[in-house]
Amino acid sequence: MNTNVETFKYDNRIVRAFAMATIVWGVVGMSVGLLAAVQLFFPDANLNLPFITFGRIRPLHTNAVIFAFVGNGMFTGIYYSLQRLCKARMFSDFLSWFNFWGWQLIIVSAALTLPLGFTTSKEYAELEWPIDIAITVVWVAFAVNLFGTLVKRREQHMYVAIWFYIATVVTIAVLHIVNSMEMPWSALKSYSMYAGVQDALVQWWYGHNAVAFFLTTPYLGLMYYFLPKAANRPVFSYRLSIIHFWALIFLYIWAGPHHLLYTALPDWAQSLGMLFSLMLIAPSWGGMLNGLLTLRGAWDKVRQDPMLKFMVVAVTAYGMATLEGPALSIKSVNSLSHYTDWTIAHAHTGALGWNGFLTFSMLYWLFPQLYRTKLWSVKLANYHFWISLLGMMFYIVPIYVAGVTEGLMWKQFTKDGFLQYPNFLETIVQVVPMFRLRALGGTLYILGTLLMAYNLYRTAKSGQFEPETVAQAAPLASHAPASGKIKFHRLLEGKPLFFTVLSIVAILVGGIVEIIPMYLIKENVPTIASVKPYTPLEVMGRDIYIREGCLGCHSQMIRPFRSETERYGEYSKSGEYVYDHPFLWASERKGPDLAREGGRYPDGWHFNHMDDPRSTSPGSIMPRYSWLLTQPLDTNSLPARLKALRKVGVPYPDGYENGPAQKDLAAQASRVVQNLKQGAVTAESDREIIALIAYLQRLGTDIKPAPAPAPATSTFE
Amino acid sequence: MSVILILILASLSVAVAFLISFIWAVRSGQYEDTCTPALRILPDDAAEKNSASGSKPKSSNS
Repeated sequence: MNTNVETFKYDNRIVRAFAMATIVWGVVGMSVGLLAAVQLFFPDANLNLPFITFGRIRPLHTNAVIFAFVGNGMFTGIYYSLQRLCKARMFSDFLSWFNFWGWQLIIVSAALTLPLGFTTSKEYAELEWPIDIAITVVWVAFAVNLFGTLVKRREQHMYVAIWFYIATVVTIAVLHIVNSMEMPWSALKSYSMYAGVQDALVQWWYGHNAVAFFLTTPYLGLMYYFLPKAANRPVFSYRLSIIHFWALIFLYIWAGPHHLLYTALPDWAQSLGMLFSLMLIAPSWGGMLNGLLTLRGAWDKVRQDPMLKFMVVAVTAYGMATLEGPALSIKSVNSLSHYTDWTIAHAHTGALGWNGFLTFSMLYWLFPQLYRTKLWSVKLANYHFWISLLGMMFYIVPIYVAGVTEGLMWKQFTKDGFLQYPNFLETIVQVVPMFRLRALGGTLYILGTLLMAYNLYRTAKSGQFEPETVAQAAPLASHAPASGKIKFHRLLEGKPLFFTVLSIVAILVGGIVEIIPMYLIKENVPTIASVKPYTPLEVMGRDIYIREGCLGCHSQMIRPFRSETERYGEYSKSGEYVYDHPFLWASERKGPDLAREGGRYPDGWHFNHMDDPRSTSPGSIMPRYSWLLTQPLDTNSLPARLKALRKVGVPYPDGYENGPAQKDLAAQASRVVQNLKQGAVTAESDREIIALIAYLQRLGTDIKPAPAPAPATSTFE
Repeated sequence: MSVILILILASLSVAVAFLISFIWAVRSGQYEDTCTPALRILPDDAAEKNSASGSKPKSSNS
């Protein structure tokens, strides 16, 4: 049998590169999160700089943690385990390093563009169109590398972890391409091809599955590899792991609408999303129990080995998050939890517990392997464990309390049927102490991560890096009559196949780009006659709203509950959003909903409020946006914006952008300036604040009669 | 809500692709042995340096 054994080398350099990137980006991503967290109780922590203001760095934090920290962690684990599970070196060293440098370049460009305000505003897909294309190319390279390795594998059986990796590669590609359909109007900006409700549905189909297939499935694969390796015992039930995989795959992709319960999405889609979410409990808990039971009879090892400690917490957090997720998908629970900090607590149970701790566990195991030595300090790793666990508790528990408090206060009526807390500000001031605790928790968590970085650095110093591990195995061809397979193998090694794959992807993308807008625009007939496209000035204002990330704290979606209609006005209708490219419903409220903001306050109030929110609303935690008062409005790009909007279906007349639009813009701007004068505010008409005020005053006014401006002293915010 | 058709089509094509690979996995005997695969991943790579145990799928550790 051993006659044709082949000798080959596993590539450890690529694993080390990804592992180091994981640590570096982990610290960066968490620190940005801390900066955002501090601004929630100390708004001036933005130093009055637009680039580090909450609205802009919230997406930077989420992107850095998801795609940079967890993304690199995922690649670390996959590049290490896939080679060993396949008994083969990665298919192509070039593709490995293309994957590595491409991914780091994408992260760096995200870290530059998001603070500069280049964002699509779609959650976890904020990166703009050139970066979206780069992501597609790098992901395809990763896919070719992974499948190429599978083809040349020397192990007939594909271990369950590999299946989880395949699910990740395939599904993320589809999700990313469908959700990133956008119409560019400049080198770095675009509008979503979908509008309103449709955009919301696509976004949360993506958003949900990004959590499923970027944060969950690859890490389940890593769990099924690294947990048995570290405990040195096989997984509790291999059969259960196979059922876990297939059940999860067939259920996960249908659960997305649970992010849009009680919104303007059709009811049947909401119920479908809820049903599939509930079914997900079964495979998720099967997987969690499978992981924990792997340690049965080995709990003494958990006491000694910090790596297993991290793993146990990670798997437990997976169990908690996957029970809570379905619970939050139940419509009556969601009516309380949605828009509150409960969602953020839920997300961090997953991110800090499941992804964070599993990454730490993997790195503690991997470094001694790569450097052929022992972990430098087990004691320090134990400190890391307890500090980060404590940090996690200080983060999650207060935010749960905050979330439930917000939800209950928003819905509380007095005996006489009035809102108990009609002023939104009261409800947010109530939870500010919780925001302080959460920042403390986050600090502890980062401290733990830094301890790990130091410990792993010393571990690396104390050992000798092994760039390649020599291994031996017989080729697969000797086991199976695989003449076809060998041919395929040869084909794959040649460039033609690589280019075939690339061109198929290009054709698919091109086809979708061509078909979707045509198909959607035809369908996008206004259902409410009074709903009209935004005026040029409002378009400019809306883009500023997107740039500043206002939707990080303000929703634009009033749900059909009395507590919401009393507070915000008539509930939102899907027909109101047909010209919204992208939709701006948002997913959390740190400030009041703005769907019917138009006409609620005079223009002068908005002007002063943007300059210093605490001058109009004492105690407000909103940052100052004083730069909007001085920055000139970029009207040169107006034609490009309107043209792009027309292409995605907004019915501006032909040639409108070439002259009439600028006239309309100037006229509306001088009207705003006039209004401001009445409020004893002098402003120039070519400043950004004018456009933003015009947009805010438009919001929600299409389907209600223009109301008289409220008195300047308001009880609302 | 026409976009829902696109999403259903995209989701279905992913689901069908996985259904096909599931059928392939079962037919090609991937799941005939649900015991030893869990064990075979355990031997350390360091052991693979010694050509003595070339980690043949069925000869090691089962």
